[in-house]
Amino acid sequence: MTAKIAYSDVEVGTELPAQSFPVDRATLVRYAGASGDFNPIHWNESFAKEVGLPDVIAHGMFTMAEAIRVVTDWTGDPGSVVEYGVRFTKPVVVPDDDKGALIEVSAKVAAKLDDNTVRVDLTATSAGQKVLGMSRAVVRLA
Amino acid sequence: MALDQSFVGRTYPPTEPYEVGREKIREFAEAVGDAHPAYTDAEAAKALGHPDVIAPPTFVFSVTFRAAGQVIADPQLGLDYSRVVHGDQKFAYSRPVRAGDRLSVTSSIEAIKSMAGNDILDIRGEVHDEAGEHVVTTWIKLVARAAEGA
Repeated sequence: MTAKIAYSDVEVGTELPAQSFPVDRATLVRYAGASGDFNPIHWNESFAKEVGLPDVIAHGMFTMAEAIRVVTDWTGDPGSVVEYGVRFTKPVVVPDDDKGALIEVSAKVAAKLDDNTVRVDLTATSAGQKVLGMSRAVVRLA
Repeated sequence: MALDQSFVGRTYPPTEPYEVGREKIREFAEAVGDAHPAYTDAEAAKALGHPDVIAPPTFVFSVTFRAAGQVIADPQLGLDYSRVVHGDQKFAYSRPVRAGDRLSVTSSIEAIKSMAGNDILDIRGEVHDEAGEHVVTTWIKLVARAAEGA
């Protein structure tokens, strides 16, 4: 593990560079294939509406995969992640238009822990709604 | 109907090994739009201290979710999967998953709760490599929404 951020250089409250991740229907089809999750709520609009959703929604695990990129891009080594957990609070609704949806992720250091690790708290929103709750990662810094 | 509390602590047999392929890692990294070289370039991964390309942190979910199928489909437990949503997800890593790993998952039921008619099921997956070393533990929280009129 070779994080490019030093433990001694971060404080509680240090903000990580925020990022936005676009997602459209093609993204979801591709993620379905790569992950093996072919639940039709992620690609079939009529099915999604039948089960009471406003439209096709993104895989929760897709959103989780995007959010941690803010952390792994910051540390420079994806192997620096020691723990990562989220709660799926609201779905990311993905309309069938030329824009799709945007997942906006910000993060800050919430605690300095033992053994050069820090806890990072993440905030992920889409269309102004918080889509992840209790979203936390523990990462090992240099 | 509430799930039977006596299933808490039940452990299912370890799965047959899942072999992590480097092209599968590449496909997954491309699907999440992550161009980090440690996922596709063995030299870049080695420069960070890994023996081979590593997988993005959430890659292993599909392996553990498939293993959790033993629990989800256990006829004795009787979970109504058509009403299930993914509530929470957590990973705790001993090391990153990497190409060439042969991963076996041991699933167990960590908790069963009933809240406002919803059944909440926590499934822990212990993931070990071929040498028996721990790689990652995953926790999947599934919420089976109450049936209408129940």
